[in-house]
Amino acid sequence: MKNGAIIEVSGLTKKFKDFTAVDSISFDVKKGEIFGLLGPNGAGKSTTIRMLTTLTRPTGGEAKVCGYDIGSEAPKVRQHIGLVAEKIILYDRLTAIENLRLFGKLQHWTTEAIEKRADELLKLVSMDEWKDRLAGTYSTGMKQRVNIARALLNEPDVLFLDEPTLGLDPQTTRTIREFILDLKKRGITIVLTTHIMNEAEMLCDRVGIIDQGKIVALDTTDNLKKIISKEEGKVLELAVANLKNEMVEGIEKLEHVMSVSHLSATEIRIHAGHESIDEIVDVVRKHDGKILNIGAIEPTLEDVFLHLTGREMRDEASEKIKTPHSGPGSHFRAHSTSRTR
Amino acid sequence: MDVLEALRDTFQIAKKDLTEFVRDRAQLISFIIMPIFMMVMMGYIFPSQNSLKNTPLGVINADKGTVAQNLVNSLKKMKLPDTDNKIFKIKTYGSVDQAKEGIKGQDINGAVVFPSDFSDKITKGEQTNVTLVTDQSNPQVSSLMTNMFTQVVGEMSSATGQKKVEALLTKLPVQKQAPGKAVLNINAKAIVKPFVLKTQGVVSGKPNYFQFMAPGIMGMVVIMAVMMGLAGSIAREKEMGTLDGILAAPIRRFSIIFGKTLSQTVRGLTQGVLVLSLAILLFGVKINGNPLLVVMMLILGIFSFVGLGILVSAAVSEQETAMIILMTLTFPMFFLSGTFFPIQQMPAFMQAISRILPMTYMVEALRKVVVLGATWPAIQTDVIVLFVFGLVTLIIAIPAFNRVITR
Repeated sequence: MKNGAIIEVSGLTKKFKDFTAVDSISFDVKKGEIFGLLGPNGAGKSTTIRMLTTLTRPTGGEAKVCGYDIGSEAPKVRQHIGLVAEKIILYDRLTAIENLRLFGKLQHWTTEAIEKRADELLKLVSMDEWKDRLAGTYSTGMKQRVNIARALLNEPDVLFLDEPTLGLDPQTTRTIREFILDLKKRGITIVLTTHIMNEAEMLCDRVGIIDQGKIVALDTTDNLKKIISKEEGKVLELAVANLKNEMVEGIEKLEHVMSVSHLSATEIRIHAGHESIDEIVDVVRKHDGKILNIGAIEPTLEDVFLHLTGREMRDEASEKIKTPHSGPGSHFRAHSTSRTR
Repeated sequence: MDVLEALRDTFQIAKKDLTEFVRDRAQLISFIIMPIFMMVMMGYIFPSQNSLKNTPLGVINADKGTVAQNLVNSLKKMKLPDTDNKIFKIKTYGSVDQAKEGIKGQDINGAVVFPSDFSDKITKGEQTNVTLVTDQSNPQVSSLMTNMFTQVVGEMSSATGQKKVEALLTKLPVQKQAPGKAVLNINAKAIVKPFVLKTQGVVSGKPNYFQFMAPGIMGMVVIMAVMMGLAGSIAREKEMGTLDGILAAPIRRFSIIFGKTLSQTVRGLTQGVLVLSLAILLFGVKINGNPLLVVMMLILGIFSFVGLGILVSAAVSEQETAMIILMTLTFPMFFLSGTFFPIQQMPAFMQAISRILPMTYMVEALRKVVVLGATWPAIQTDVIVLFVFGLVTLIIAIPAFNRVITR
């Protein structure tokens, strides 16, 4: 391991026939940090995680996790990592404690050690009262808590979390996020993927923005946001009582305006140069628009993504790869739009 | 140490699978019901002697004398061996055409016709005949009936012949010189029927269709349970995502596949034993060979199919697809392997196919042991074929599985 990097990825590529899911990505993850991979569904986040956890063989490039090669030393890698995958890894017909015992045994721990560790972990995720109930009777949130406990069984050096809050209610989402921050304090390196901007901002020390299999930017969240303010001015939110298409089109045509996205029927978000507010107001006035509010706001990762890829952080790409449980795209769409507000 | 660890992992996976299975009530019920259903269905539906109980039979008796009437009376009284059940329910018809209508309406399953000069010809010493009208829509019953009548008519005919010969003998000139004494040592029966057929089996007892089929059904149930179970369980874990959990654990890939195989083998064998017990208790099937050899053949049969099961589960990622592929694969195999019908009945090309199916050898060996009480020398070819087939498919399947699983 060189200069504190617990994961070193270089030129990692995964092709499925003629579709390139992950396109020669390279990055390092530092020991003890929370590293986020942010991107829409189908961007290659899960495939990257699957390669790093030895579940999928790369078609090119290489990676080391905890100093072990993910190809030639896969069993070693598996000993040092924990995985919370997209789908919850729990057997519905086993109880929480039985699930943990099984995975403990598969880690070749002694029975006493497993019992002790399992008890600790179930207390940690506040599931010890439920440990003798079948996992199939739990709510999704409860399952995810036990699932995380399971991933922590072998005291992993690196914990991989693939969309850990997907499909959870706001309350559980908050609990899980706090728990992740807590794990970081315990010295566990965390790699997580998400398509939710504020999750990445809230949790991650550094974020790699991934789109169409490529990492388009990688830095701390603060630095990523500076990309926008440094180069290109600011992000404005504009509310117009009688917002019309002509107004939006007019604004888009302005020289210093880089992008416009809709927030609601009356609100738009504009990424524009510093000197363009006057021009924008002119356009709205020209169409007899009644401005309710206008103001510069702190740029978000959404704006960074928009700026870097020229596309909104929606998941048109989600239908590209069909997995049995990915479900209809509309579900995810509704999900992401509600979160990006 | 490494081997021991791998074995322990295998055991953990198998234990997990079986715990899940036992807790799935729906699966457990169908697991028990299926073999019972199969056995009862096969055991009762396929016709045997007993299935001819109270068979409606039409009689057209045009005979002017009394011989035919006596025959009809004895037909009425005929009972199935060792039971009180009458074989026929006699219905009288006026003409052959009426009887044929009766068959068409399925009022009767066949009809016997005695001609008007039946008694007359017998008295005169001429040969006459009895006609059996059969129901072609029901080949099984009509063939059983034809067999039975060939026998019945043959026996009645020789009994009549015997009486005639006896009567003749008393009229011989030598006999006249010494009335009351049997001068010539002549047996009338031996003249009418100089020799008769006796059958002798390899083991005691009559051959019966169910005894023929029970070993095959047992093999079939076990193979189905293991193949379906294996592919289904792997595909289900793929779908649920739990397979990722085991794959991310520091265990060998083959521990996963062997663990699954082990749990399915336990299930399959349990079902096999269930089938066998039912066959013994309900249908009087007798194991003439060593029961341990039966279990060994079942295990070997499973071994020979595991590779195929793994290949199918490697190839597909959805439970449903796995089931469809396996159904398509196994269904013709059961018929071609002689599970239900003897291979000798099939046309040559089908026999050739059946010779390359491992199932054929498994069923054959099981049948030899169960029905004929065969021991090692008689089944060694079958054993070798099964073992080699299993080994070769496993050698192909395991690397294929490993490759596909981390695609």
